[in-house]
Amino acid sequence: MNIAGNKEAPVFGIAAEFSCARDLYHAAGKIRDAGFQRWDVFSPFPIHGMDEAMGTKRSVLGKIVFLGGLTGFLTAVTMEFGPTSFLYPLIVAGKPTNLFTVPAFFPIMFELTILISAFTAVFGMLIMNGLPRLNHALFNWDRFKKVTEDKFFVAIESGDPKFSERSARDFLESLGGTNITTIHGD
Amino acid sequence: MPEATAMIEKPGDEEKGVIRPPLVLNKRTMGWISSYISSIVEDKTPTWWWVSMGVTAPMTLMCLALLAYLVATGVGVWGNNHPVGWAWDITNFVFWIGIGHAGTLISAILFLARQKWRTSINRAAEAMTLFAVVCAGIYPALHVGRVWMAWFLAPVPNSNGIWQNFRSPLLWDVFAVSTYFTVSVLFWYTGLIPDLATIRDRCTSKIKKAIYGIMALGWRGGNRQWRHYEKAYLILAGLSTPLVLSVHSVVSFDFATSVIPGWHTTIFPPYFVAGAIFGGFAMVLTLMIPACAIYKPLHDLVTVNHVDKMCKIILLTGSIVGYAYLMELFIAWYSGNPYERAAFWYRAFGPYWWAYAAMMFCNVIAPQMFWFKYFRTHLLWVWIIVQFPNMGMWFERFVIIATTLTRDFTPSAWGMFHPTWVDICTFAGTFGLFTTLFLIFIRFLPMICMFEVKAVLPEADPHHGEDR
Repeated sequence: MNIAGNKEAPVFGIAAEFSCARDLYHAAGKIRDAGFQRWDVFSPFPIHGMDEAMGTKRSVLGKIVFLGGLTGFLTAVTMEFGPTSFLYPLIVAGKPTNLFTVPAFFPIMFELTILISAFTAVFGMLIMNGLPRLNHALFNWDRFKKVTEDKFFVAIESGDPKFSERSARDFLESLGGTNITTIHGD
Repeated sequence: MPEATAMIEKPGDEEKGVIRPPLVLNKRTMGWISSYISSIVEDKTPTWWWVSMGVTAPMTLMCLALLAYLVATGVGVWGNNHPVGWAWDITNFVFWIGIGHAGTLISAILFLARQKWRTSINRAAEAMTLFAVVCAGIYPALHVGRVWMAWFLAPVPNSNGIWQNFRSPLLWDVFAVSTYFTVSVLFWYTGLIPDLATIRDRCTSKIKKAIYGIMALGWRGGNRQWRHYEKAYLILAGLSTPLVLSVHSVVSFDFATSVIPGWHTTIFPPYFVAGAIFGGFAMVLTLMIPACAIYKPLHDLVTVNHVDKMCKIILLTGSIVGYAYLMELFIAWYSGNPYERAAFWYRAFGPYWWAYAAMMFCNVIAPQMFWFKYFRTHLLWVWIIVQFPNMGMWFERFVIIATTLTRDFTPSAWGMFHPTWVDICTFAGTFGLFTTLFLIFIRFLPMICMFEVKAVLPEADPHHGEDR
C-alpha cells in the first residue's frame, strides 16, 4: 500500500498512474459513469475529447473575456470623449469633437478592447484554475513529477461524496491504474 | 498544406494510399522531447554560448552607452535634420517592429488555421517578437529628445493644462505598440507555463526548483486546468490575430495620414503588414537555422518540411510586397499628380537610387529563388537567401522615409540625409541587444514548446491504435 505525503495529515485522495493517453481517456469515461464528482485526470498535454469523457462543461472563460473586452472598450470611449468633447475640447485640423470623430478615435478603442480582454483571459484562466499557488498535496507524490513529462494520472479526491479509501482504490485498480497511492497533505 | 494539418492516420487515408508525413521525425517519444529540450536549459553552459555572448554583450553595452550619450547631449547627435526630420530612428523602429510580426503570425494566425506544424517553432518565434519589439521601442521613446517627458504620451491627469490628441496617428501608435508588446508577453508566458512546470519537475537543485516552481505558478496539468487553459490560449490567439494586423496598419498610418507625396496612399496598411510578415519570417529562419545546427537533434522537431513551408510564406508575402511596389508606381503615374509622380521618380532615379535598387532586388527578385524546391530545402541556401529580405526590408523603410523627405515640395528645401556615427553604432547595438536577449532565452527557457509538440505525436490521440 503506497502512501505519499505526511501520514498524520488528512488524506487528499487516491491517485493512480496510467501509461498512455488512450488508457487515461477510457478510465475517465468510466469514472464519470461511476458518478464521482471531485476528481481529475492529469496529463502532459491537453487530450482531445477529454472534456466529453470527463463530462465537464464548456469553459465559461469566453463570457468573462467578453466582459473584459467591454470594459476596455468603454474605458477608451470615456477616456477619449470625456476630455476631448467635454472637459477640454481640442480642435485639431478643424475636426469635429462630436460623434463624427469616431473613425479617428477607433484605433485606441480597438487597442484597449484587445488589451483588457487579453488581461482578462490570462488572469481569468489563472483564477479559475486556482493558480498561482506554491504547493499542492499531489506534489508530495514523487511519481507525479512525470505528469509534465510522459505519464498520465487520475486522482479521486477525499472530498467526493462517494469517496472511500478502499472502494476508490479497488475501482482505480479495476480500471487498469498502476502505482495506486494514497496522497496525504503536508 | 493538407498533409501537415492532420497527422493522425485515419483508416480511410490508407485505403486511398495517402500517407501523412509525421510532424516529428525518427519516432521520438514524449520522454525524449522533455529530456532533450530541457537538457538545453539544464546542461552546463556551452562554449559557443559564451563566445556569442562575448560578441553581443559588448554591442548591447555600446547601444546603451550611446543612448545615454543621446539623452545627455540631445537628439542632435543623430543625423536627423531639416528636411529629413524622421530618419534612421523611424526606419529602425519600423524595421524592428515589422520583424516581430512573424512571431505573432506563427503563434496566433497559424494556430487558428490549425496548422499543427507551428508547434515546434512558435516559442522561439514569439520570443523573437518580444525582443524585436524591445529594440523597436527604443527609437520612438528616445527620438522625442527629452525622454523624461515621454510620460506626456500617457493620458494621465496632470497640471500642465495639456491633454493628448487622440486623433493623432502617433498616439495611436503608442497604444498599438504598447498593447502589442503586453499581449505578446501574456501570450508567450501563458504558453510557457506547462513547460516551466516540466523544468520544475526535473530540477535537481533547490534554488532552480524554487525559481522555476514560482514561474510555473503551481501548474499540475489536470484536465480541469487544461480546459480553461486551452480556452484562454484560443482566446489569446483570436485577440492577437486582429491585433498583429492592426499594429503595422497603425504604424503605416503614421505615414499614410500625412499629406506627403509618396506616403499619402491607401495601399500602405496591407503592404506594411505583408512586408512585416515577410521580413519577420526571414528573421525567424535566420535564428532557427543556426540554433538547430548547434542542437542537431532539433532537426527531428524543426524539420526541412517546416523550413520549406516558411520559405513558401516568404515567397508569397515577398510577391505581395513586389506587387505593392509596382502598384505604387502605377498609381503615381495614373493619379496624374505631379508631386506624386516626382516622389516616385526620385525614389527610383534620384540620389538614393541605390537604396531603391537594393530594396527591389532584395525583396522582389531574391526571394523568387524559393520557387525552386532545392533552395527551400537546403538549409545553407535558405539561410543565405533570407538575408536578402532582412536587408531589403530595412532598405524599404529607408526608401519610404528618408528618400521621400529629402525631396520637399520646393527645391529650395531639398537636402540629403547623412547618418552620424551615433546613428550607425546605435543601430548595430540594437542587433547586439536582440541577439543577447535571444541567447539568454535559449539558455534559460525551453526554446521549443514541449507540451504542444507532445500533443501532435500519434500516441497523443486518445484513440491511437484502435479500430474506428
